Amino acid sequence: MGMTITEKILAAHAGKEFVEPGELINCKVDLCLGNDITAPIAIQEFERIGAEKVFDKERIALVPDHFTPNKDIKSAEQVKVLREFAKKHDLKYYFKIGKMGVEHALLPEQGLTLPGDVIIGADSHTCTYGALGAFSTGVGSTDLAAAFATGEVWFKVPESIKFTFNGKLNKWVSGKDLILYTIRQISVSGALYKSMEFHGDTISGLSLESRLTMANMAIEAGGKNGIFHVDDKVLEYVKKRAKRDWTVYESDKDANYVQEFEWDATKIQPQVALPPLPDKGVDVSECTDITVDQVVIGSCTNGRIEDMREAAEILKGKKVNPNVRCIVIPATQEVYMQCLAEGLADIFVEAEAALSTPTCGPCLGGHMGILAKGEKAIATTNRNFVGRMGHPESEVYLSNPAVAAASAIKGRIAHPEEVL
Amino acid sequence: MKYKGISHKFGDHINTDEIIPARYLNTSDPEELAKHCMEDADADFMKKAKAGDIIVAGENFGCGSSREHAPISIKAAGISCVIAKTFARIFYRNCINIALPIMEAPEAAEEIENGDLVEIDFTKGIIKNLTKNKEYTAKPYPPFMQEIISKGGLMNTVKEKINS
Repeated sequence: MGMTITEKILAAHAGKEFVEPGELINCKVDLCLGNDITAPIAIQEFERIGAEKVFDKERIALVPDHFTPNKDIKSAEQVKVLREFAKKHDLKYYFKIGKMGVEHALLPEQGLTLPGDVIIGADSHTCTYGALGAFSTGVGSTDLAAAFATGEVWFKVPESIKFTFNGKLNKWVSGKDLILYTIRQISVSGALYKSMEFHGDTISGLSLESRLTMANMAIEAGGKNGIFHVDDKVLEYVKKRAKRDWTVYESDKDANYVQEFEWDATKIQPQVALPPLPDKGVDVSECTDITVDQVVIGSCTNGRIEDMREAAEILKGKKVNPNVRCIVIPATQEVYMQCLAEGLADIFVEAEAALSTPTCGPCLGGHMGILAKGEKAIATTNRNFVGRMGHPESEVYLSNPAVAAASAIKGRIAHPEEVL
Repeated sequence: MKYKGISHKFGDHINTDEIIPARYLNTSDPEELAKHCMEDADADFMKKAKAGDIIVAGENFGCGSSREHAPISIKAAGISCVIAKTFARIFYRNCINIALPIMEAPEAAEEIENGDLVEIDFTKGIIKNLTKNKEYTAKPYPPFMQEIISKGGLMNTVKEKINS
């Protein structure tokens, strides 16, 4: 019997010829990462057991991105723990303010996440790197601590679900809409413990940014990982940046899938996920009566240059509605510089949006845009749980950058066509 | 390992933002985190919960963020065990790794009601609802995971490995 791309990558990292779903294995990791919220616990656990050396100082990335630039004294203390650990162990990839970005946008840019890798991160959106043909998944701080010490992690080999999208996308529909549509169809637990593998001519036509957005939200369907096959778009991106060698894996034709879905992408409209779960998706046209107080464009889901361009196309020459705060957050310094070089920064500021330095900030209700009781936001982020962006009685709606930008102008949820 | 406590019942898809909201994540101190355990799912939870009590929930408990602060806050709040129909995968492995007893038992999770007195034999995988006089069996752990739990968490197994 054949294997899926996920099974092949896991087998190779477990030193096996063949693995099958359900099997418990120990895998070598190519990269492990932590942030200012999760790494302090990992470092504490690493030190508690008396570990003295990290397994490889070039395969650990520490990215203080959640509550940075430090929002308060406690957050500053947490970042200090990362900085001192990085210094003590001479870690090559610690990203201070000024070099850092939102981790899952930053690490691919840095050429640290490559095809065929096994990557774990103490952050649930670590699944993002599946867009590059890697097996990558979120874990907790203790798993990260164990990986710091041993370079290994335990896994149960997941079953795989195959998702196929065919047909040309409608204008203003992107990877965000495809993944929101997917979660809407299968629910927030539809891929629990499973691998989500994406196929079809729509996927081949998608930009790498859109694929990163899709893989990023695999966790919102409960998925262990989201994964795409490596094509020329991936190779072109990786060749310019890779810090190591990589290996390309492909699913066998006779690989086994527990479920298969095939959808006609031409029928998909821009999606909005209503609070309080990412599977409460509707077409944008069904919710244009909802007024918003805040718009957030950014995050590990949609803070890349393509997202900035899409938002700028809508906001160019217009003003954000007087009743709305619009916050635009390029996810990395590279994206920020591109926004400056392409004149997007001018468009945002002239439109009276706030343009922020990279941070996860408002996405998880950390800082830089917290909601008051009863307020509503539409955001290009990944979660709309109760209290996610602030007060437990505030609400978050999820969309792509074009819908978010159009909503910023209208002061209510809007289709991009309404403002052009 | 045996536990006995009052059940606190929750629904499906209780996520880690509800278990421990991000506004409290600027610390990893278990006692601090325990003060806010389950706060956005039930603001009065910590007023009601007593040491040894049990959380009973529906599907996909612990979905969302990978924050280990969620199981840490539950453990530090004195909750002895979490029973659910299913668990989200990162939360599941975090619980095993920090040795917070959790049991996947769909029938028990469906039928146990808020306030029932529940007795759990974790080693045998048996859940007894003493209020309703009913017994359930939980899905057994593979030996590999049992070993992690019996040693008090993943780091203790890593400690043995690096010292050997």
